[in-house]
Amino acid sequence: MVPVGRGMPFIPSVLAVVGAGAARMSRDTPWCLEAFYLIPPGTHANEGIQVGRGKSKEAEIKRINKELANIRSKFKGDRALDGYSKKKYVCKLLFIFLLGHDIDFGHMEAVNLLSSNRYTEKQIGYLFISVLVNSNSELIRLINNAIKNDLASRNPTFMGLALHCIANVGSREMAEAFAGEIPRILVAGDTMDSVKQSAALCLLRLYRTSPDLVPMGDWTSRVVHLLNDQHLGVVTAATSLITTLAQKNPEEFKTSVSLAVSRLSRIVTSASTDLQDYTYYFVPAPWLSVKLLRLLQCYPPPDPAVRGRLTECLEAILNKAQEPPKSKKVQHSNAKNAVLFEAISLVIHHDSEPNLLVRACNQLGQFLQHRETNLRYLALESMCTLASSEFSHEAVKTHIETVINAPQTERDVSVRQRAVDLLYAMCDRSNAQQIVAEMLSYLETADYSIREEIVLKVAILAEKYAVDYTWYVDTILNLIRIAGDYVSEEVWYRVIQIVINRDDVQGYAAKTVFEALQASACHENLVKVGGYILGEFGNLIAGDPRSSPLTQFHLLHSKFHLCSVPTRALLLSTYIKFVNLFPEVKGTIQDVLRSDSQLKNADVELQQRAVEYLRLSTVASTDILATVLEEMPPFPERESSILAKLKKKKGPSTVTDLEEAKRERSADVNGGPEPAPASTSAVSTPSPSADLLGLGAAPPAPAGPPPSSGGLLVDVFSDSPSAAAPLAPGSEDNFARFVCKNNGVLFENQLLQIGLKSEFRQNLGRMFIFYGNKTSTQFLNFTPTLICSDDLQANLSLQTKPVDPAVDGGAQVQQAVNIECVSDFTEAPVLNIQFRYGGTFQNVSVKLPITLNKFFQPTEMASQDFFQRWKQLSNPQQEVQSIFKAKHPMDTEVTKAKIIGFGSALLEEVDPNPANFVGAGIIHTRTAQIGCLLRLEPNLQAQMYRLTLRTSRETVSQRLCELLSEQF
Amino acid sequence: MHLEPEPWRRKSPVARHAGKRDRLFSRVASPTSEPIFFSGLQFPVGCAREGGRVLLPEVRFYAWVPQQLPEPEPHRSRGTGATGVRTGVAMIRFILIQNRAGKTRLAKWYMQFDDDEKQKLIEEVHAVVTVRDAKHTNFVEFRNFKIIYRRYAGLYFCICVDVNDNNLAYLEAIHNFVEVLNEYFHNVCELDLVFNFYKVYTVVDEMFLAGEIRETSQTKVLKQLLMLQSLE
Repeated sequence: MVPVGRGMPFIPSVLAVVGAGAARMSRDTPWCLEAFYLIPPGTHANEGIQVGRGKSKEAEIKRINKELANIRSKFKGDRALDGYSKKKYVCKLLFIFLLGHDIDFGHMEAVNLLSSNRYTEKQIGYLFISVLVNSNSELIRLINNAIKNDLASRNPTFMGLALHCIANVGSREMAEAFAGEIPRILVAGDTMDSVKQSAALCLLRLYRTSPDLVPMGDWTSRVVHLLNDQHLGVVTAATSLITTLAQKNPEEFKTSVSLAVSRLSRIVTSASTDLQDYTYYFVPAPWLSVKLLRLLQCYPPPDPAVRGRLTECLEAILNKAQEPPKSKKVQHSNAKNAVLFEAISLVIHHDSEPNLLVRACNQLGQFLQHRETNLRYLALESMCTLASSEFSHEAVKTHIETVINAPQTERDVSVRQRAVDLLYAMCDRSNAQQIVAEMLSYLETADYSIREEIVLKVAILAEKYAVDYTWYVDTILNLIRIAGDYVSEEVWYRVIQIVINRDDVQGYAAKTVFEALQASACHENLVKVGGYILGEFGNLIAGDPRSSPLTQFHLLHSKFHLCSVPTRALLLSTYIKFVNLFPEVKGTIQDVLRSDSQLKNADVELQQRAVEYLRLSTVASTDILATVLEEMPPFPERESSILAKLKKKKGPSTVTDLEEAKRERSADVNGGPEPAPASTSAVSTPSPSADLLGLGAAPPAPAGPPPSSGGLLVDVFSDSPSAAAPLAPGSEDNFARFVCKNNGVLFENQLLQIGLKSEFRQNLGRMFIFYGNKTSTQFLNFTPTLICSDDLQANLSLQTKPVDPAVDGGAQVQQAVNIECVSDFTEAPVLNIQFRYGGTFQNVSVKLPITLNKFFQPTEMASQDFFQRWKQLSNPQQEVQSIFKAKHPMDTEVTKAKIIGFGSALLEEVDPNPANFVGAGIIHTRTAQIGCLLRLEPNLQAQMYRLTLRTSRETVSQRLCELLSEQF
Repeated sequence: MHLEPEPWRRKSPVARHAGKRDRLFSRVASPTSEPIFFSGLQFPVGCAREGGRVLLPEVRFYAWVPQQLPEPEPHRSRGTGATGVRTGVAMIRFILIQNRAGKTRLAKWYMQFDDDEKQKLIEEVHAVVTVRDAKHTNFVEFRNFKIIYRRYAGLYFCICVDVNDNNLAYLEAIHNFVEVLNEYFHNVCELDLVFNFYKVYTVVDEMFLAGEIRETSQTKVLKQLLMLQSLE
């Protein structure tokens, strides 16, 4: 064994650097850091290094604390420091800060440096201010004062420092102080060029942070003329400013178009030596060209005269791409191609010159096989947008073979991803089969990070370009086979929607899923699709003895035990459909339903289904069964939920642009799998447990039965209350108001007022309902009823006594409700009140605000505990997040009150960002206690909130998020 | 059993810091030479942090970077020429210079981040960039933005910009910047940036301001820098 020796610090410490620095101080260590790096007097330089090696972190901190103490004493000392020392110590502080240590003093000294007349002192002062911005109002005033003096100094160096400081800090206070002054400096005739450059960008910064403080004025036209300036640096800076301003005020800056075109044309036609300083590796002013081309993308194609000139420029740029390179250096080709790609973006943006579009496409086609990865990547990216233009779509398609190979050969995953994007963009009816097949085969080896996206794309293309729906069904089943884990609910919902809506494919679909299910191992998603399709259309293949009803049933049931609860629930629904379709298997199915594993299943949903289905199959006549389990009605046509998902995944811009062009039918984004609207709450139909097809719904109402069957429903479940009124208008709003408070008026009309008072402790609560008769006439037969859906009944127990059926005019009666939360719940009970007033019968329904959060107990915890728990709840199902627009003014105090009213504790100093809110609490139910952590991040600028909830139970996270997000 | 000490334990401190004196342009000088990579020696991400501020280990909130960008493009009616105004913001969000171990040598922010968020970004950028090799592109998607980076000796120069911005223009802006540094510091190396941090900030401000490219002419920038130096 060789002893390793003294432990070296694992992390190379600052002192190690210091040591190395000390060793080579002669050249590198600057004036200001010398003292800092000098090792303590009397020690040898090497020992300094030794200290660094041995003591690591602690030694570093110790050394720095010592230095900080030294500086502090210097600043506090009696003797006034001279400028040089002050600068030296401020600079050291800055260095210490940049090493990652906190600095809490020295700001005043830094501000003092600003008024120095020496450049170096001023510069360090400004640097300190820029790096350690402090919104200390007193200092801001002093800083602004110093800046004002420097701006007025007419010394270009000082003006430059002051402008850079404003541009770096860009605070609102600075905008208020200088937004008027800077445009003047920018357009003044005697301002130096370098100051103009800084002023232009400084103004840009202020405009970005506080556009309201930068009013347009007569300076705007003079700014536009900076495009003609002699000094290309000024033009460069001005172009950035004009581009940003023109995006918001296109009319005011319209004249910039012709000036930009003529400037561009002068650059493009110049010989490579003309521009001297601004020629970069033989390319004349590449960055300025790019900026000018971007400016032009703020506008539509210009009028014919200017347009001709612009087209010449663009052609010249495309021509140059074909010329032999003037240098072999990559810098030359990069600079040249930077301009080329920007020119192509402009061509695509104008989308009006077929000739240029096709040329651009051919140029990019050459890049597809270039040896530079960067160029291949960018070419794929640009081609994606070209594919959406009708002029160049065909030209893009000619490169299909190259693009198809790219996913297999490229080493960089981002290039592969671009290739897949392009395949998606260039797909149309003529090549869909080929492209979908390629994407499917690529999927088998694709990177995990992009699989889900490819799955979505394949699903969309297959649906969109399906001529033959048997091909579509095959494709989706293949998709599930190859990448079942990445097939999201949207995808398999969609295939079912399509099969149900197209009767020509139903038989084929049934046959295919039946065959696919015969594989020994098949993905659960396939079981879902198979279960659903056989349940609906199994009869179409039942004639074949190989797929007789009993075979179908056994095949499905063989997968049953391997599946998760939602799939089992779906299969149970399939079984009851089989009972209807194939009376001959009724006995077998009843046996299965009757078995203990179903009837006594620990899962409430499964047990309930088993019980109800069994009962239904026994008591209902064939006719009722046939009506209840009638074939699903076609789904309404709407935008594919898959497309919506892809958009969400890719972020709005990337897809929208493409889809805009590709879209063939337009419709609003119809959301994903949302349950049907709240109409269900009036009748005692269990609401679908959040799946699109209503698969989770109890049998009688698979997806909202046609109205005619409504009577039948009541016959089957005759214990449901007689028709209750639909919810009173405005009741939803009122309901939301009670989420964060317990007392108040719930409902009021000309006759009746309903008030509430309630209190909750742990999983119990008591609510007093006050019914006030506002008239002078007596109410007769006054009967309030609490209606809970079956789902809700299991989770929330409500007990109340009937009230006196007569309510005198002007009187108030009170009713107490005892509440116990058994398990978490989502719906709210409905309070239905029926009474007779005068000769008329009155019927009112309101939602009673008993919400899950009422059973919240706040929990205080330290930051560390919070994060530990936050981490423990990292399972994706445990987190629910929602981003929403603020509906009320964003006031911190109000928000705090609401979070506390919601029931959770408000934890201070947990979130690193003080603007955010963090809360914690426990939901008490009879069966369980569920810990909940929440975090609310306001974004004042966008007037948005982001709410994140993590709890140990998915449904709880979901429900709390819904409730709370309605509050802001 | 003979246990070989890990390579970095064997090196003398001087050798360990030798990399910091590598001239940034060694790669440019011999373009054919393979870049030096980690050769199995990996620093934990944690050492990206330079000093005292110890944040909570492992779990931290990702501060929410609101999706100011990319804004959806206005609808374009095709072929008519009646195209809308393009509104996407395109600017530099930040510039980072990091060494292979993740130590930050320069951080310049052009939008508001709080300190923890900055630290988070620094670590993420390092993690994203250092795993890539020469066959990869110089561009990486990063949150809602993209990073354009280039490696010189042991230093990564990273510019974070909006997704719709011009990749190659920024790639060459990095090179232009490095050439200016090289000229200004006479054959620049990592330690020059460490000890002359205040000069580096000046160079950055001359070439990039408010998230935009300010000046591209090396001659003009160097002339200005020399003028400023003469004032010291």
